[in-house]
Amino acid sequence: MSINRIVRIACLAGIAGFSAGVSPAALAAEEVTLYTTREPGLIKPLLDAFTEKSGVQVKTLFVKDGLAERVATEGANSPADVLMTVDFGNLIDLVDKGVVQPVKSDALNAAIPANLRDADGRWFALSTRARVLYASKDRTDLKSFTYEDLADPKWKGKVCIRAGQHPYNTALIANMIAKDGAAKTEEWLKGVKANLARKAGGGDRDVARDILGGICDVGLANSYYVGLMRSGAGGPDQVKWGEAINVILPTFEKGGTHVNVSGAAVAKNAPHAANAVKLLEFLVSDEAQELYAKANFEYPVKAGVKADPIIASFGELKIDPAELTAIGKNRKAASELADKVGFDN
Amino acid sequence: MSSRPPPRQMPRGAPERGWRLAGMAVALIVLAPILAIVAVASGAAEGVWPHLVAYVLPEAIRQTAILVAGVGILVVTMGTGLAWLVVAYDFPGRRLLEWALLLPLAMPTYIVAYAYLDILHPVGPVQSLLRAALGITSPRDLGFPDVRSMGGCILLLSFVLYPYVYASVRATFLVQAGGVVEASHSLGAGRFRTFLSIAVPLARPAIVAGTTLALLETLNDIGASEFLGVRTLTVSIYTTWINRGSLAGAAQIALFMLAVVMTLVVVERIARRHADYADAEPGRLKPKRLQGWAAVTATAMAALPVLVGFLIPVLHLCNEAYRRLRFAGFSHNLVDAIRNTASLAVVATVVTLVLATAIIVALRLAAQRGPREVRRVGMLARLASLGYAVPGTVLAIGLMVPLATIDNAIDAALRASLGLSTGLIFSGTVFALIYAYAMRFLALAIGGMEAGLAKMPLTLDDAARTLGAYSGGLIRRIHLPLLWPAMASAAILIFVDCMKELPATLLLRPLDFETLATQLYAEASRGTYEDGAVAALLIVLVGFLPVVGLARLSRHGFVRPRRSSSRRGSGTDSEIDGDLTAGPQPGF
Repeated sequence: MSINRIVRIACLAGIAGFSAGVSPAALAAEEVTLYTTREPGLIKPLLDAFTEKSGVQVKTLFVKDGLAERVATEGANSPADVLMTVDFGNLIDLVDKGVVQPVKSDALNAAIPANLRDADGRWFALSTRARVLYASKDRTDLKSFTYEDLADPKWKGKVCIRAGQHPYNTALIANMIAKDGAAKTEEWLKGVKANLARKAGGGDRDVARDILGGICDVGLANSYYVGLMRSGAGGPDQVKWGEAINVILPTFEKGGTHVNVSGAAVAKNAPHAANAVKLLEFLVSDEAQELYAKANFEYPVKAGVKADPIIASFGELKIDPAELTAIGKNRKAASELADKVGFDN
Repeated sequence: MSSRPPPRQMPRGAPERGWRLAGMAVALIVLAPILAIVAVASGAAEGVWPHLVAYVLPEAIRQTAILVAGVGILVVTMGTGLAWLVVAYDFPGRRLLEWALLLPLAMPTYIVAYAYLDILHPVGPVQSLLRAALGITSPRDLGFPDVRSMGGCILLLSFVLYPYVYASVRATFLVQAGGVVEASHSLGAGRFRTFLSIAVPLARPAIVAGTTLALLETLNDIGASEFLGVRTLTVSIYTTWINRGSLAGAAQIALFMLAVVMTLVVVERIARRHADYADAEPGRLKPKRLQGWAAVTATAMAALPVLVGFLIPVLHLCNEAYRRLRFAGFSHNLVDAIRNTASLAVVATVVTLVLATAIIVALRLAAQRGPREVRRVGMLARLASLGYAVPGTVLAIGLMVPLATIDNAIDAALRASLGLSTGLIFSGTVFALIYAYAMRFLALAIGGMEAGLAKMPLTLDDAARTLGAYSGGLIRRIHLPLLWPAMASAAILIFVDCMKELPATLLLRPLDFETLATQLYAEASRGTYEDGAVAALLIVLVGFLPVVGLARLSRHGFVRPRRSSSRRGSGTDSEIDGDLTAGPQPGF
């Protein structure tokens, strides 16, 4: 076979593949474009419900790192309408990079408590999650726990946690800096580091798996993973991981439980700004907030919507009073502290 | 053109200049995003470096060095040793194993890392069985080493990346080892001694080429290293950017890394400059048949990498995928993802080869005109290969900048003049993805084709010119047909790499557009790993087919040089046909 022929066939195959992918049906009149760092599987049910209710089609792009950079470089012609992130730090990054616009909506302001949204409407939290303690059912018998306890030498060789540079842990460290200052937080981080049973790394669910596997006895991880594991959504193996742990809502010695948020903002150059607001308003409706609770096992932000029974079984959540913006500001310092004590080395 | 009378002098006219311009254009295409990264890096990064120097870089450099050294030692040992094993000896299963040894190429490193954590975890099958067999109840008492460690990372990466070395070294042994090895034997040296003192030095360029690729993959790996808890420079680039919000600082680390890579590559090239490897006596080595325990050992040694690097993780994925499919059925998204992945990889491969051809032809035409010209055009080839040494996400950001600038400029111009808006033409389209793949993997195409070209003596060109073919005709009728095997094997590597590529794809792709890799990543980052297993298996399967193709190609390489013994030294065709350069080469 000659090179020419092969090249020709290859090109045709490629073009055929693409043209099959681009259908003219995309010319729907009402649409909204969503850039998100949330996994598509988690928000798909919410978006489907929105489309069914409003008739507005949602186009999505799931990005992990670089969402803000992509919107910023696309500039005035960016198709993005709604920007959605997990982790407050990523949300505030969007504001800092100037890629969002302020939104005035009575529906949003009524549904979301004031501490979970920007006073100028540049960002809105849509759900919250707590950083909780997973503790071995067999080997521990804890009734309560403080984050500070994790540095107690009695847990030496018994703590599992993901990387200190992961945004979930960075936010927790930032929260502690906001409360107690950098020096005390550094001491705490050193203490936790000394207690680690294995290198800091992996995912939150690995904490439960490692507890089941006897590698460690306690560890910090996000609340919703317990729901995903125990409900069977992650498959039969993960049910066993979820059943191997007790979950305790830890608090700071002087304060409450650290929570992080998932949230959204309307893009600065949104071509469909009205639909963007419509989508945000839908996401704080009772219907959508229940989906956040049931399908994603997150805490709804809207008062009156209940958390899933698995999550509610942890007890009453007492959120630490530190301001989200203060946590956001301390993020860089937190990340540097984790480096300084060599948390992930 | 062929109707023109043969030129009396070397033509110094337009065609050469045209090709050189084309080569420069290709280099520019690759350089544009890298220059954008330089621009990003020149932004303010106050307070970033004191922290990096004090707390981050010493450890990151230490861990990167250990990782790279460990993987380097293992892939060189495994790749070279296995290549010698299958070329110099005959043992049961050799014909199957010699191509099966390429299969780990189809495995993305992050998939292997996920799979082995599942398999080797205390609650996984291996440790459970061990505990049951030994009568131990507590996992702690077993003391099984954790795969989430430097050692685990080195081992896993090596078992997936050694085929780069294996493929290129084996290609060399196949065509070049025969003559010298026979000579060595006739002087009384045994096979093993011949291996160490003759074959390995002979294969040095091939070893370096394969190892360079494997180590660049190691350096840019983010999935497996981060997951297994190794903090490399690439991981530091991410934390500087994501957690400390300093893209400028991140770009500076990336450029520092690029500079180190380039220095090492240049040093190696200089060290090799005065050695001439091309004239080793060609000829095929007759494998020695092994008997008894020696044969069993050889089979086991060749089977082990295939088992560890391919079969075990694939069987694990099959099991997970089966459970998933029974539970939820086959997702329609996956059908789209398969189509997107395959079409994208095919088009990107063709584009990459076309771009590489411009460089290669310019290089060849320069060779007619002396070493100074070669050095100049050679610079273009090196520049055009830079994309392979930059981490995917950094490269993607570098690419977004020029594309969006062009898009917005076109849009602004048309708005001003015609009052219509074009929106984004290139950004966020398949074009951006193909651009990214092409600039990332151009090194593979240039390297492979350059090596193939080096095997064609310049006298061939002179002969063709005397017969009236030059420039266009020479390239079309002489060079490209002879380069076809090298192009084919480069194409396969590029295709497989495009399919596995994750970070740039994730950031640059169009709306509602999923590939198998992004689909898998979405599932894996949600932690529903079993959902991802189906996508993971599909990546491996789609990658499997081209690897089989690569194996078939190199087997042809086996058969063709049959005439070499009778025409050794005089004919060039056996060298050209025989050296299918099935081995990968970087274009540095």
